[in-house]
Amino acid sequence: MAVTESVSTIVATRRSTAQQTRAENRTLTKLTIGPSPWVRAGALAALVVLAALWLLPLLWGAVTSFKHEAEAALPASWWPTQGWTLDAYRQVLGNSELLGWMWNSLVVAVLVTALTVLISAMAAFAFSQTLFKGRSLLQFLTVASIMMPGQILIVPLFKQMQAMGLVDTFAGIVLPQVVAPVMVFILKRFFDAIPGELLDAARIDGAGTWRLFWTIVLPLSKSILVAVAIFVFIGAWNNFLWPFIVTTDPQFMTLPVGLSTVKNAYGVQYAQNMASAMIAALPLLVVFMLFQRRIVQGVATTGMGGQ
Amino acid sequence: MTASSTSLSAPVTRLPRRGAGTRSGATPAVRSSLRARDKSGYLFVAPFAVATGLFLLWPTIYGLWMSFTDQSLTATGSSFIGIDNYVEAFSDPQVWQTLLHTVWFTVLSTVPLIIVALLMALLVHTGLPGQWVWRMSFFAPFLLTSAVVSSLASWLFQPEIGLLDVWIAKLGLGPVGWLTDENVAMFSIALVTVWWTVGFNFLLYLAALQGIPQQLYEAATIDGAGGWRRLFSITLPQLKTITGVIVVLQLLASLKVFDQIYLLTAGGPNGSTRPILEYVYDTGFTNYRLGYASAISYVFFALILVFTLVRLLPTKKEA
Repeated sequence: MAVTESVSTIVATRRSTAQQTRAENRTLTKLTIGPSPWVRAGALAALVVLAALWLLPLLWGAVTSFKHEAEAALPASWWPTQGWTLDAYRQVLGNSELLGWMWNSLVVAVLVTALTVLISAMAAFAFSQTLFKGRSLLQFLTVASIMMPGQILIVPLFKQMQAMGLVDTFAGIVLPQVVAPVMVFILKRFFDAIPGELLDAARIDGAGTWRLFWTIVLPLSKSILVAVAIFVFIGAWNNFLWPFIVTTDPQFMTLPVGLSTVKNAYGVQYAQNMASAMIAALPLLVVFMLFQRRIVQGVATTGMGGQ
Repeated sequence: MTASSTSLSAPVTRLPRRGAGTRSGATPAVRSSLRARDKSGYLFVAPFAVATGLFLLWPTIYGLWMSFTDQSLTATGSSFIGIDNYVEAFSDPQVWQTLLHTVWFTVLSTVPLIIVALLMALLVHTGLPGQWVWRMSFFAPFLLTSAVVSSLASWLFQPEIGLLDVWIAKLGLGPVGWLTDENVAMFSIALVTVWWTVGFNFLLYLAALQGIPQQLYEAATIDGAGGWRRLFSITLPQLKTITGVIVVLQLLASLKVFDQIYLLTAGGPNGSTRPILEYVYDTGFTNYRLGYASAISYVFFALILVFTLVRLLPTKKEA
C-alpha cells in the first residue's frame, strides 16, 4: 500500500514538474521572442537546421559502420544499398584489444575521478573551515598553480615518470591527472557557504575534524561534488595527450590512445574504423542520455572554473 | 566577479546566494577560537599538497632546469649549457612558424566557437519545444574523445568518397583537399573543432541566460519592447561579463591545441598546420632533444601566461 502510494506520489510529482517546466518554457518563449508565430517558426527552423548539422557526422559514421566494407568505400548513397551488416563490429570486437582499452579507460577515469574529488574536497575543506600554519601560503600556491598548463609539462613529467618507474603503468597515467587546483577552488567556494554554526555545534559536541568533513560537509555538498565528479570523469575518459605520452605498451593504453594507433593498421577499412569509433563513443553518450540534466548542470557549474 | 558568478550558479546548484564574501568579514570570536583550536587542517591539505608538489610544481622546476641543459631522451647524463637552448629557440624558424599556426588556429576557432555557441544558447533559451533534443545534439560531440572525432572527421573529409566531397560534387564543384591542401587544412581543422567543442561554450551561455532576471523582460514587455529590442537591450548586454570569461577560457583552450591536429594531419601537409605543442612533442619524443623541447615549452608558457594574466585583470577590477 505504502509503496504504491509513494510511487504514485513520485509519478504525480514528476508529472507536475514536467508540466511546470512546460509552463515555464512557454513563459520564456513569450518573454524572449514574443508571441509572433513567424518569429517562433523561424527560431524553430534554425534549431532544426543546427541540430541536424550537428548530428549529421555522427549519423553518417553510424550508417557507415553498418555497411559492407566494399560498399563503404564507394562514393555512394547515404543509405546502404547492399543491406545492413554487423561485419565491421564483428571484426573490430574480434580484435579484442578494443574492449581491453575500454576497460583501461574505465579504470583510469574512475580512479582519476575518485582521487581528484577526494583530495580536492579535503584540501578545500581545510582551506575553508580550518586554520593551520601556512594556510594562506598554500592557498596562494593553489591559485597560482591554476595558471600552470599541464601540457607544457609533458617533457619533464615524462622524464620524472621514467625515473619513478611509472611509464606504462596505471599509476603513471592516473597520478599526474589528479592535480586539479581549479576544483579545489570551486569546492572551497561552496564550502565557504556552509553555515559555520553547524560545524561549531558539532565541534562543541566533540566531533573530530574528520567527522565534520565526512558527516556534515560532504553530505551537504552532494550537488557540487557530483558536478565536479562529472566534469573530471569526462575529462579523464577523453584525455589523450598525457596517456599517449606515458604509454607505449598496448596493454596499458586507454581507449583514445589505443584507437589512434589502429587507425593506420586498418588502412582503408572505413566501416571498421567507424564501428570502433561508434563503440568508443557509445558509453559516454548513453550515460549522457540517462543523466542529461545532471551533466548539463555539472558542466555549466564547473566549466567556468570558479569564476 | 562574485556577483556574476553567483547569479550564474545559483539556479544551477542551489548554492546559497552569497558565496565567500559574507562570512569572512563577520566571523564571531567564538568561532575563530574553535577553528583555531582545530589544528588538523594541514592533514587534510596534505594529499593534495603532496600531489601538486610532485606532479605540478616539481616538473615545472625540473623542466625549467632541463631547458638549460642538453638532456636527451636516450642518454642519461646531461650538461648545463646556459641559455643556448633559448638562443636557438629564438632563431629557430620552426618555433615562430608553429607559434604562428597556433595563434592562427586560435583565431580561426575562437571566433565561431563564441558566435555559434551564443546563437545556439539564444535559440534554445527561447523555451521552444524540444529542449532535450537541442541540448543533446549540440553537446553530444563534446563527449567524444579526440580519436573518435578525428576518425569521423577524416571519413567526412575523405577525398572523392567522403560525404563533403560527394555533396560538393553534386553542386558541380571540384574535390577539395580538405586535409591535404595547405591553404585549406587549417580551416578544416577549425571546422572540426567548432563542431566538437562548441557544446561546452553553449552550456556556459545557457546557464548565464538562465541567470538573467525575468523581471527585466517583463518590464521591457510592459514598456512595449519587441523581441529584437529585448535581445539587443537586455539579453546581449547582460551577457557581456560572461562573454569575456568564455572568450579567455576559449583562447587558453585553443592555444593548447594538439590532439585533433596531430590525429588528423600530424601537422601536415608540409608542416602547415603544426602547432607549437606538436613541435615540443616532436623535438622531445621524436628527436629525443628533451632540453631543447623544454626551452620551447617555456617560450610557449610565456605566451600562455600573458593570456592568463589578461584573464585575471578584469576579475580584479570588479572585485
